[in-house]
Amino acid sequence: MSALVTVENLTRVFDVSKPWLNRVIEGHPKLFLTAVDDVSFSIPKGKTFALVGESGSGKSTIAKMIVGLVRPTSGRIAFDGTDMAGIGTDAASRRLRSRFQMIFQDPYASLNPRMRVGDIIAEPLRTFGLETDRAAVSARVSELLRLVKLDPRDSVKFPHEFSGGQRQRIAIARALAGRPEFIVCDEPTSALDVSVQAQILNLMRDLQEEFGLTYLFISHNLAVVRHMASEVGVLYLGRLVETAPTRQLFAAPSHPYTRMLLESVPDIGMTGRARMPPSGEIPNPINPPAGCHYHPRCPLVREECRRQRPPVVTVGADRVMCFAAGEPR
Amino acid sequence: MSEALLKVQDLVVEFETRRGPLRAVDRVSFDLKPGEVLGLVGESGAGKSLTGAAIIGLLEPPGHIAGGSVSLKGERIDNIPREAMRKVRGKRIGMVFQDPLTSLNPLYTVGEQLTETIRTHLPLNQAEARQRAVDLLVEVGIPAAEKRLESYPHEFSGGMRQRVVIALALAAEPEVVIADEPTTALDVSVQAQIIAVLKRLCAEKGTAVILVTHDMGVIAETADRVAVMYAGRIVEIGPVRDVIKTPIHPYTRGLMGSIPDPSGEAERLLQIPGAMPRLNAIPAGCAFNPRCAFAEDICRAERPQMRRIGASDVACHLAETFVRPA
Repeated sequence: MSALVTVENLTRVFDVSKPWLNRVIEGHPKLFLTAVDDVSFSIPKGKTFALVGESGSGKSTIAKMIVGLVRPTSGRIAFDGTDMAGIGTDAASRRLRSRFQMIFQDPYASLNPRMRVGDIIAEPLRTFGLETDRAAVSARVSELLRLVKLDPRDSVKFPHEFSGGQRQRIAIARALAGRPEFIVCDEPTSALDVSVQAQILNLMRDLQEEFGLTYLFISHNLAVVRHMASEVGVLYLGRLVETAPTRQLFAAPSHPYTRMLLESVPDIGMTGRARMPPSGEIPNPINPPAGCHYHPRCPLVREECRRQRPPVVTVGADRVMCFAAGEPR
Repeated sequence: MSEALLKVQDLVVEFETRRGPLRAVDRVSFDLKPGEVLGLVGESGAGKSLTGAAIIGLLEPPGHIAGGSVSLKGERIDNIPREAMRKVRGKRIGMVFQDPLTSLNPLYTVGEQLTETIRTHLPLNQAEARQRAVDLLVEVGIPAAEKRLESYPHEFSGGMRQRVVIALALAAEPEVVIADEPTTALDVSVQAQIIAVLKRLCAEKGTAVILVTHDMGVIAETADRVAVMYAGRIVEIGPVRDVIKTPIHPYTRGLMGSIPDPSGEAERLLQIPGAMPRLNAIPAGCAFNPRCAFAEDICRAERPQMRRIGASDVACHLAETFVRPA
């Protein structure tokens, strides 16, 4: 199967220094934060790749780089074989850009409160010049609203008249308007109640099946990721520490951080399994620990972990950034 | 059965509006035994946080208690003067809020806030209060406790801050702690740490806890009993195992089915059609009837009373028909 999206050695460094004058007067050096550190993965057509990680792990920065909202410091993003670095405002770039879309976390912030729902959904149609005729636009808007299980008559309403779940449906309808092949979903259900979350997740899976969509699904909720993804990448302080097919990752996680993350999910099945509360906290990303970032919290830490960045090792279908990977334990 | 420590009886919370009162908590009743952890779950707007706020007397006007009673060890605390309630709050009932940054004062060090709370409620001098503050920080697992007393809240991480808030809530050794979404703002690995701390301390000190949350996973891990709320009413209350493993009320069943299972692979999530009603349009009869697949005429006409099914109490006219014969 061919990869629709390929990310190679993607890195993003943010300058978080104080203003110039403060640095000069107070004698502080420049400060840099490596939000995304040499991340590579690819997403096959029609599949869902999930990125999981805790706050500050860089998952949203990756999403923004892929859709072009943030420029990479280095590395390469290719969409269907085309390098995204060369993308501009010409007609060909525009056509390429209509092929991917994004759904944001907060449906209260991602919809313009002064626009009617119909105009919100029609905007991509007009921007990409897909429909020009007024009647055709309104027919397409109705079709999209029905697709996300809303009433076509809702198009004259404003976003504030809808609940959180309904707003997320509107955001999905807008994302689908340009007939994209690839949708980046940044925590699409984190702001929603569980019963509403179930409605949205089911809808997203139905739409994927119907249109053969490819998803990059970003979440901190491991249960949701397990439900949605075919492959999962685990991020820790900007580095992709483990990439594996979903089933394998949950059945036999290789990286100690992945194991700790899975351990910390509350046991809703009430199996009575004993849990060790995780030790330590995420260090400051401006000054992460040398070597493997996870070494101060790792139960398997050894000398080389403190000095050297671990190589990415392939164990079956699992790619792990750990010195101890593949060893029996 | 031991006597109830906290008894909530037919509690009603209303908001006055120009178009008449809105009832946000509607005849909620439950008991809390000493040392028990009671989970209060429901989705946004179910009235779970308001129930907690009403018990501790922190309802924001225009919200007010419009009926029912709250008793702590047999004494009413819902209708006592503000000054008397101030003595109960903090001393006998502690509170942990969702956002640890807003529940701490950013202008005072953690030590100042802890010793102030301790000295308000306990007859200790400054040195003793300080020693107790250090002990509390050690108990909640803050490293270098003595040094950290001099730190301001912004110098702590989110998880450490929530530990400080727990230390504050437990400072006066209250009989009850109300924890309102204590881990919702935290990452999952930090959440696990905080829950472990809360569980351990309350077990050690015999503190009863009302844990308000929307997260069934947290409830499954922590609570002894759980009350499920919908549209201001309790629809099902019972031992946590029964409610999670064999829920009876159609709403509880829908809620449990809609949670992705982290250990299994459900092909499709169960979904409840529609959304929770607005407070000004709560349907007659059972509040859940328009979304319920089993609703009959009686569900639309009459509000169901609590009835005992096994070890649980369920507010559903058809509850008996949902129990599989053993």
